[in-house]
Amino acid sequence: MAILETEELTYTYSEGTPFEKTAVDHVSLSIEEGEMIGVMGHTGSGKSTLIQHFNGLLKPASGRVLLDGRDIWADKEKIRDVRFQVGLVFQYPEYQIFEETVYKDIAFGPKNMGLDEAEIKRRVLETAHDIGISEELLERSPFELSGGQKRRVAIAGVMAMEPKVLILDEPTAGLDPAGRDKILQHIKNYHRRTKNTILIVSHSMEDIASFADRILVMSKAKLFCFDETVKVFSRAEEIEGIGLDVPQITRVFGVLKRRGLDFGKEVYTVGYAKELLLKALKEKGGLLNC
Amino acid sequence: MLRDITIGQFFPGNSIIHRLDPRFKIVITLLFIVMLFSGGTLLCLGIGAVYTFTAIFLSRIPLKMFLKSIKPLLPFLIITAMLNLFLVSSGELLWQWKFLKITDEGLNISIFMIIRIVLLIMGSSLLTYTTSPITLTDAIERLLSPLRKLKFPVHELAMMMSIALRFIPTLIEETDKIISAQKARGAEIDTGSFINRARNLVSILVPLFISAFRRADELATAMECRCYNGGSGRTRLRQLKSAPRDYAALAVTILFLAAVIAAGKLLR
Repeated sequence: MAILETEELTYTYSEGTPFEKTAVDHVSLSIEEGEMIGVMGHTGSGKSTLIQHFNGLLKPASGRVLLDGRDIWADKEKIRDVRFQVGLVFQYPEYQIFEETVYKDIAFGPKNMGLDEAEIKRRVLETAHDIGISEELLERSPFELSGGQKRRVAIAGVMAMEPKVLILDEPTAGLDPAGRDKILQHIKNYHRRTKNTILIVSHSMEDIASFADRILVMSKAKLFCFDETVKVFSRAEEIEGIGLDVPQITRVFGVLKRRGLDFGKEVYTVGYAKELLLKALKEKGGLLNC
Repeated sequence: MLRDITIGQFFPGNSIIHRLDPRFKIVITLLFIVMLFSGGTLLCLGIGAVYTFTAIFLSRIPLKMFLKSIKPLLPFLIITAMLNLFLVSSGELLWQWKFLKITDEGLNISIFMIIRIVLLIMGSSLLTYTTSPITLTDAIERLLSPLRKLKFPVHELAMMMSIALRFIPTLIEETDKIISAQKARGAEIDTGSFINRARNLVSILVPLFISAFRRADELATAMECRCYNGGSGRTRLRQLKSAPRDYAALAVTILFLAAVIAAGKLLR
């Protein structure tokens, strides 16, 4: 069942001034429950604006956003409840940290939901565990932590609200490769445990390829395509045409195909490429000798 | 909410007003303020209004933007009008209720005040709307440069002003982002009870201050890396040059000012 849908969603910034700009242009899409979705798009393609509609931070100029089949703007008073159901983690979320201790900062969201102390505690401990923050860190000041740790605390702050849909805007921006892999791994663990829907905006095709069931591509305020990962990366030339990359390994296999070595399949992760190559080598053992 | 703040905003363009020398624009704005406050008859204000709207028309910036610049000052305007309306006791009595009374003079003065202030805001917004902050501070530095002889730190002052102006939009954007992020965590910022809102202000101010200090630090480092050591010996890429149209604009303004003063003195 579709958990999140948009119908002809349109949004214009600074309407009526010289800076007027349509950031999202008649976007209609439907996201299924439990999916893991990668969101790609050039800077300024409207993807950040789009995701801010999903939890009602921005109100569409026209069109609708449906959560569980209900228009989220049907009752303005209830928009806060929508934000608890659709959690949004912004870019560089560590800059929103403000409490004295890590525990209190993660508890900020659940507290706003009006939960009781015991439930808040359960959620804080559980998400801290999911995201890899050890218990002795919980009583420390968040400002003493390293960049990567701060980032994880901020993400935990949204996860602790246990939203049905979790949206992360470039959760790995500005981190070193180790920190990046760690965060992605933790998000995958969280997905496995909760089976919640997750959307991740990313510029790294390798990252997207490693987790996404489906990929949503925005270009120039319009929905360019929204399809299964394999199908999206099989349109490598079009994707490159709108200024985006496909994973390096996909490009390597594209070149191999043009040179006559066709594996007949789309390859977009290194792991899969390795498997495919080993199998091919085993079949034509002769290749090993040359 | 924060997007409504238009003070200090610059609308790029290529109108005649945009192209005027910023030094002249500052002087003209000062003369304009004098114009609005000299002469207290309706005709004087009328001339001032004609001047303001002509300038706005020439700038090709939609009138809507100027109305928007008045919006945040509306409460201030209303209070001023009220004070004048009820506290001026000279003149003919028009209406009385217990200790509150309105006289014709009070009514006159408060209407004049409102028109004056509205014109003042619109006219001075025109200066910032049509002049980029950098050229504006450049011009201020040049205009104040005679004070350097009195050991007044003109360059430092101008540099602080340009940095402050430069960071207004950045900080507004930053505030917007932090508000959105806290709203996404269910903080009540523009809804909910007053106490709740005040409490949630902490969740915005702490990150905002932290990032402002971080930015200041980074900027200082970046300036030092480029060997910034104050204004001495610094030359400019863009020299301010005055053109005939600047003198023409100044002449027109002086003419209007003279007309206002004359109208105030002669046609009583």
